[in-house]
Amino acid sequence: MSTPAIDVQQLHKYFGDNQVLKGIDFHVDNGQVVCVIGPSGSGKSTLLRCVNLLEQPTSGKIFVEGDEITDPDVHVDAIRSRIGMVFQQFNLFPHLTVLRNLTLAQQRVKGRGKDEAAQIARKNLEKVGLAAREDAYPAHLSGGQQQRIAIARALSMDPDMMLFDEPTSALDPELVGDVLGVMKDLAREGMTMMVVTHEMGFAREVGDKLVFMDGGVIVEEGDPVEVLANPQHERTQSFLSKVL
Amino acid sequence: MSTTTAPRPSGMSPRQRARASRGVQYVVLVAVIVALALIADWGEIRSQLFAGDIISKLFPSIITTALKNTVIYTAGAFVFGLVLGLILALMRLSSVGPYRWIATVVIEFFRGVPALIVFIAFGYGLPIAFGILLPGGIFTTVTVALGLVGAAYMAETIRAGIQAVPKGQMEAARSLGMSQSRAMVSVVIPQAFRIVLPPLTNELILLTKDSSLVYILGLGPSALELTSFGRQALNQYVNLTPLFAVSIAYLVITVPLSIVVRRMEARAERAR
Ligand SMILES: Nc1ncnc2c1ncn2[C@@H]1O[C@H](COP(=O)(O)OP(=O)(O)OP(=O)(O)O)[C@@H](O)[C@H]1O
Ligand SMILES: [Mg+2]
Repeated sequence: MSTPAIDVQQLHKYFGDNQVLKGIDFHVDNGQVVCVIGPSGSGKSTLLRCVNLLEQPTSGKIFVEGDEITDPDVHVDAIRSRIGMVFQQFNLFPHLTVLRNLTLAQQRVKGRGKDEAAQIARKNLEKVGLAAREDAYPAHLSGGQQQRIAIARALSMDPDMMLFDEPTSALDPELVGDVLGVMKDLAREGMTMMVVTHEMGFAREVGDKLVFMDGGVIVEEGDPVEVLANPQHERTQSFLSKVL
Repeated sequence: MSTTTAPRPSGMSPRQRARASRGVQYVVLVAVIVALALIADWGEIRSQLFAGDIISKLFPSIITTALKNTVIYTAGAFVFGLVLGLILALMRLSSVGPYRWIATVVIEFFRGVPALIVFIAFGYGLPIAFGILLPGGIFTTVTVALGLVGAAYMAETIRAGIQAVPKGQMEAARSLGMSQSRAMVSVVIPQAFRIVLPPLTNELILLTKDSSLVYILGLGPSALELTSFGRQALNQYVNLTPLFAVSIAYLVITVPLSIVVRRMEARAERAR
């Protein structure tokens, strides 16, 4: 069996006395799209953020392409530059143009030259359908456009995998489709993706695996079509009955 | 609402009452102005404050020496204070305890001690106590003494600005592989400075006025700034006109800065 892209073993996370993750085991294979669903406060974001060490796990191990990132001696910045992250609130840099948003880390982290970075940035802007907006500032773009720029910014670092934390939850309904479209293209190209989402249609259509979390544990996981149509656990059933 | 149906003891509607109140305020204002105009000795005021011959003697050195030196002293102190203030702000936010404590002590000390005493300490205290004379003369002493006072205030402003940048900015930068310090320099600090530009400009106005404290160091003719220049001319001509002229010169510096601050604040308000 090949090394999984992400392998999480017995992950526990406390915030003070509050135990948010209570022993999570799961893995994402190369090229897989794994969607994570669950009620608010169930620990989905925390799990995702542990995978690129925005949160420090309390105990347990996480491997990224076979490298243990929970090892205290790990080079955190190097790990992060292999993992793209897309946030609910986009988090574009408001003081920089779109192009500069995409080239800054390429130059400062990857050491790419200005022209090379700009070329890669333009290629990715093209991919998300926003090639014409490279000189705009984030504040002048719609939420949907900002999120596509954020995806292009992450892609410009040539990540091996992408993490998405509710990428469409802050968007007006009519703008959700464009962002999901970009994500579907990515999935089709074989990008390894872990997506926290409430978009069950997206999970069903492009997900290879669906993970349902509640109260800091994985309650159920499996083929998205199966889980959505025929949830085995009572907690999954009651959650799905509320959101579908 | 109830105010329209409530009984009106005065028999006036709220609008009538507001108009009456405004009328009273105007009457008071006019009365004060008339009283001052009657009490004032206009001939004396003209000869003491607006003596044309004295004004013309103040030129050009009021501009070429005094105004210039005020700008130079203030600029030196502001730049030094800004850099030191940024360093102190970052120390205050450091995860290393001793950095935080040192910064807190420095900030509290120089905010709490009168600027005049800081000037005396650097101008006379250091040379006497340690035999240290700052190289570069008056300019260096002003830069360091006034800069330290400015830094103590600006550090707290800058720290608040850094903390006002949403946490997601740092997280986004880190998730792209930037180190903590790289993310600070490229992403957080530039945004923090936009937030604190108006208060920093206010600090520049305060420093412009505080630069007058340099008189305590004893200034040669070429080192005079506006206030010491004004005091000297006051003694020389035994007339208040130089102080009036000097005040105008301060306003030439500070009013444009105030306008800039208002503009920036208005723009920030609109962007919200
Ligand atoms: N930085 C933090 N400090 C303290 N508690 C936190 C922190 N981040 C998250 N929590 C707590 O951890 C729990 C799980 O939060 P998390 O954000 O992972 O949930 P979620 O499943 O992503 O929920 P949502 O759907 O609302 O985004 C919540 O109770 C939350 O209050
Ligand atoms: Mg969340």
